[in-house]
Amino acid sequence: MAEPLLKLTNVGKSYAGTDALADITLQVEPGKVLCLLGDNGAGKSTLIKILSGFHTPTTGTVEIDGQPVVFHSPRDASANGIATVHQYGGTFPLMTVGRSFFVGVEPTKGWGPFKRFDKATANEISVRELKGLGITRINDGNRLVGGMSGGERQSLAIARAVYFGAKLLILDEPTAALGVKEASHVLRIIMQARRKGIAVVFVTHNVLHAMTVGDNFAVLIHGRLADSFAKGERTREEITDLMAGGEAMAELEAEIAQYEQDA
Amino acid sequence: MAIAASPGVQVTKPVAAPPAPRTQSSFGRLTRRPETGALAGTVLVFVIFTVLGGSNFISIGGVASWLNVAAELAIIALPVGLLMIAGELDLSVGSVLAASSMTMAIVSGTYGAPMIVGIVAALAVGAAAGFINGLIVSRTNVPSFVVTLGMNFGLAGITLGLSRLITGTTNVPLDPGPFFKGLFGSLIGGQFEVAIFWALGVALLIVWLLQMTPFGNWVFAIGGDKESARATGIPVTRVKISLFMMSALGASLVGIIQTCLYNGAQTSTGQSFVFNSIIAAVIGGVLLTGGYGSVPGIILGTLTFAIVSQGIYTTSLSSDWASFILGALLLAAVLMNNTFRKLALSSGVRAPKIKKA
Repeated sequence: MAEPLLKLTNVGKSYAGTDALADITLQVEPGKVLCLLGDNGAGKSTLIKILSGFHTPTTGTVEIDGQPVVFHSPRDASANGIATVHQYGGTFPLMTVGRSFFVGVEPTKGWGPFKRFDKATANEISVRELKGLGITRINDGNRLVGGMSGGERQSLAIARAVYFGAKLLILDEPTAALGVKEASHVLRIIMQARRKGIAVVFVTHNVLHAMTVGDNFAVLIHGRLADSFAKGERTREEITDLMAGGEAMAELEAEIAQYEQDA
Repeated sequence: MAIAASPGVQVTKPVAAPPAPRTQSSFGRLTRRPETGALAGTVLVFVIFTVLGGSNFISIGGVASWLNVAAELAIIALPVGLLMIAGELDLSVGSVLAASSMTMAIVSGTYGAPMIVGIVAALAVGAAAGFINGLIVSRTNVPSFVVTLGMNFGLAGITLGLSRLITGTTNVPLDPGPFFKGLFGSLIGGQFEVAIFWALGVALLIVWLLQMTPFGNWVFAIGGDKESARATGIPVTRVKISLFMMSALGASLVGIIQTCLYNGAQTSTGQSFVFNSIIAAVIGGVLLTGGYGSVPGIILGTLTFAIVSQGIYTTSLSSDWASFILGALLLAAVLMNNTFRKLALSSGVRAPKIKKA
């Protein structure tokens, strides 16, 4: 078993005395996909915010490559090779593809006061990296990001993270807003990143998507780790049941049965 | 369509069949630039006033009248537009102009200090006001609309109060001397303000910043999505503070120009620039919510504004109608800009999918 790239031990976060997250212990290895499952409000967002440096945990430790780390800002997290891609791609709809790809790390040419943004290089690299992920429709870096589909924007954000050397890719509901075809393309890109040896944390509430690409799974309920298991250890029904909180589903089924009887 | 894959990178199946490569016509490309709508507006009002005003409008004196107004407005509207692209507003430029103007007149006129000291003091007032605006907006997250509106009133009060206290009047004369009169306040050929060259200089500086530097990229990114911009490691606070300082310095520069042009300062000048600069930027295609706009667009916006507000005097129409035309034009510009922006987003391939963030 490979050394974990990221390891959380008893991580918790409380806001004003309320535990949003408690006792989270999990790990991700390079070249593996950890699926973080959970219903809305289960604490997925809080966990992502801790990993991407927006929040510091109240308790517990975060280790990268065996070294304990504390992130005080998103910058700290990205300096440690963690890249987070949000549902809407975290991209800028009214910017060109080339400009958006290089926000914050703009390539320049020239010298001294004549140093300037190298648009040609930015456009060329961004289009090439998109092609590498199978996006062939965008052949001009001057296109606006807003003209891309949701899946293409996700791909752009992932391409960007991979290009800038992310070791850990956190994908926050990347497939939630996408159609079937586009979602499967994004899943394919996740597998591509995995093959490159990147550790992926894939946050979703779509059990099917999770089971397609996941190596390991963690289910959050009310801010606690309800279950964690490896691929093949649970069936789809078991996971869905667990996420929905079992009883809630059982209640619903009972109600439906009642309606059918009444009808 | 041949797809060159970089070696070692596996090419997956594309999402959809790639469309046949199409060369965009130059017209198609033009309709996707942020300033296209602004250009149409400028051409439209120019033609209308040439027809209505005739030789009065296109005579040297007629051209000078609107070019002078456009120049002074552009010096403020360009940095204000840059700030708007970053998603913020500056409603304090009016009082900053007056405060800078009065500072210069009091320092170099009332107290008789060398002109250069007065000019530096005027710019310092602008820089300080802009810095405070930027700091408050970044630190408190109070909308810049409110912060700069407060600054506009507060600074107007301070200017009025201090002027009366120091000089006993609200109208301070100043003789700039031939050199500074020539540099800031002369009329070329007796008609054209030297401010036109200052405006060109400011335009070159801003176009360089916005289009050619990483800083410009950050401005677009911050206006597009502040949180994502912060996540990429952009120093958002620093960028915002510098942008607020730029718009305030633009106002100070116009204050200096007007003080030299009119040989003195008044506490009440400048308030018209507050909304005129925003109107010019919006007519010029700058998106009020940020993230979109261009320097040529803002320049065209200031020209449109100036042509309407001055051209009206060359026609037989009462000047009362100028505000009405500007109001209608502003509304038309916003609607037209929306259309052009949709075209820009469509990339000429398929219908746009715009997410309301």
